[in-house]
Amino acid sequence: MDNIATKDTAAAYGVAPGRLKSGPRGAKPRRRLSRRNIIVYGTLIVVSLYYLLPLYVMIVTSLKGMPEIRVGNIFAPPLEITFEPWVKAWAEACTGLNCDGLSRGFWNSVRITVPSVVISIAVASINGYALANWRFKGADLFFTILIIGAFIPYQVMIYPIVIVLREMGVYGTLTGLVIVHTIFGMPILTLLFRNYFAGLPEELFKAARVDGAGFWTIYFKIMLPMSLPIFVVAMILQVTGIWNDFLFGVVFTRPEYYPMTVQLNNIVNSVQGVKEYNVNMAATILTGLVPLTVYFVSGRLFVRGIAAGAVKG
Amino acid sequence: MTSVSVKDLSLNFGAVTVLDKLNLDIDHGEFLVLLGSSGCGKSTLLNCIAGLLDVSDGQIFIHDRNVTWEEPKDRGIGMVFQSYALYPQMTVEKNLSFGLQVARVPQAEIDKRVKRAAEILQIQPLLRRKPSELSGGQRQRVAIGRALVRDVDVFLFDEPLSNLDAKLRSELRVEIKRLHQSLKNTMIYVTHDQIEALTLADRIAVMKSGVIQQLADPMTIYNAPENLFVAGFIGSPSMNFFRGEVDARDGRSFVRADGVAFDVSAYPARTKLQPGRKVVLGVRPEHVKVDEAREGETVHQAVVDIEEPMGADNLLWLKLAGQSMSVRIAGQRRYPPGSTVRLSFDTAVASIFDAASENRL
Repeated sequence: MDNIATKDTAAAYGVAPGRLKSGPRGAKPRRRLSRRNIIVYGTLIVVSLYYLLPLYVMIVTSLKGMPEIRVGNIFAPPLEITFEPWVKAWAEACTGLNCDGLSRGFWNSVRITVPSVVISIAVASINGYALANWRFKGADLFFTILIIGAFIPYQVMIYPIVIVLREMGVYGTLTGLVIVHTIFGMPILTLLFRNYFAGLPEELFKAARVDGAGFWTIYFKIMLPMSLPIFVVAMILQVTGIWNDFLFGVVFTRPEYYPMTVQLNNIVNSVQGVKEYNVNMAATILTGLVPLTVYFVSGRLFVRGIAAGAVKG
Repeated sequence: MTSVSVKDLSLNFGAVTVLDKLNLDIDHGEFLVLLGSSGCGKSTLLNCIAGLLDVSDGQIFIHDRNVTWEEPKDRGIGMVFQSYALYPQMTVEKNLSFGLQVARVPQAEIDKRVKRAAEILQIQPLLRRKPSELSGGQRQRVAIGRALVRDVDVFLFDEPLSNLDAKLRSELRVEIKRLHQSLKNTMIYVTHDQIEALTLADRIAVMKSGVIQQLADPMTIYNAPENLFVAGFIGSPSMNFFRGEVDARDGRSFVRADGVAFDVSAYPARTKLQPGRKVVLGVRPEHVKVDEAREGETVHQAVVDIEEPMGADNLLWLKLAGQSMSVRIAGQRRYPPGSTVRLSFDTAVASIFDAASENRL
């Protein structure tokens, strides 16, 4: 009875029968093709195909000429690789009267994103630090108001903000848009930083106070050097969020300051002439390139920071 | 001369009162231990003295200067934390000098003080390392060094040894005691570990729910606890308690508890033992003799329940007339479970508490 069982198990695991003769010993043998593995890897493969297929179509289409596209085999790799559509998308595509492609929008987006990211992160990190460590009077109320701000739909606030910006004299300018992005980034970023700083050992803060360090010294000398992961998270959130923004870009700026997303929309949706699918695809990939790069470069730090900042509340 | 003086200190968090009109005077050069279980307010009191918590009422004096409203750095204190609280991104040297740099002490003076602290604590080889490259004991040494370089008269320790393993803890305990003997400054030390308290302290303040239960030197705390809480809290294993009633016969006094009559004629405050009074008799495990009764002593029979040999001594858990009690005897004397022993109690060093007020008689 025992013998048969041993033989069967040995066969099932694909191990030489001799090894199991004297009963199980050492590391448990594992089957490569277990049902569990098939399900896990199968699901993963299907899901990644689902997400990667559109990207594949975009890339191959952008590398084809228009005649090849008209043939209609969207999954077929390009017979003749051409970078013409990419050049056109970047430098020649027309929106309205301008025919200098996406490049104008790209530089606008850079000029919007960089100051917005820097200012919003600087202000939010100080907010979070003050809320987590200094517990001033009314801190909880202030924090609650800020969090409620995160739940109000943007659309509700657009018209009032237009008026406020107009009164300030910055409506339609890059400055105005930077201010808007900074304000709207505040609730979630403050929450992020507050939770991260609250998760740092409180005794560290106390030790620094006994050492005589004040508000700013503790912030710059103690807290900042320990907070790289959360700054990376905040940076990724803001860069991708602001870069991908469409609504604020179209509402709060004039055409010459349109960010890349708005310009992409205008190129893709232009009604005159033929639909140049290859140019559209190239333009879309170009626009998405910045957030993609950010993810690829800092992905690991991102995960670490999210884990560190999100758990404690 | 008092070094630290706490007057009528109260602290409330909203409706919760953590400390209520607490008074404490600490002499210059004294080693005072605040002892209590978690949540008794001992760390809170220390944080108030350090200035890390704002008090609700009362005053704090350090060196006869009212520092109630002063910032921590201006109080002339150094503090050592349980989690070491070393700045992780700085080297040991930077950790030690950070406070001095913030205070804009001249570099030559900083170097001198860091060198001296490193010498005292024997951490010179570690100065260039980061805290993450140090062991727990080394980290705590650096943390003590950070208080040392501040050149202050009052050291505050907030459970400094609780994160260390047992062996390191006893080593550093000795080092802290040595440090105190050579520096001779005032130290206030918070702990929940009674061994630390008994070994280090000049005086121990046993705290419970924000109130100091007894403030005395370690031997008094151990031998003459002021109330039932202190008696039960100090000593491991805990003191044996017998609830009963005072009885007098033939010119002798007894405590009758569950059919056992303990002869307490030798108790120092015998006059307070009026017959009929409800009391609690407390006897430490080492104040019970096993099979060593002298002529004329009252002897009680008990059965061994569990034996815990600890090497140097042997701990017996006994059943005495249905009550469980522990006795400490020499390590080489062994009693297997189930054996019967003859106990005699040394009631001259026992403690007797009033059953109602729980205070010592």
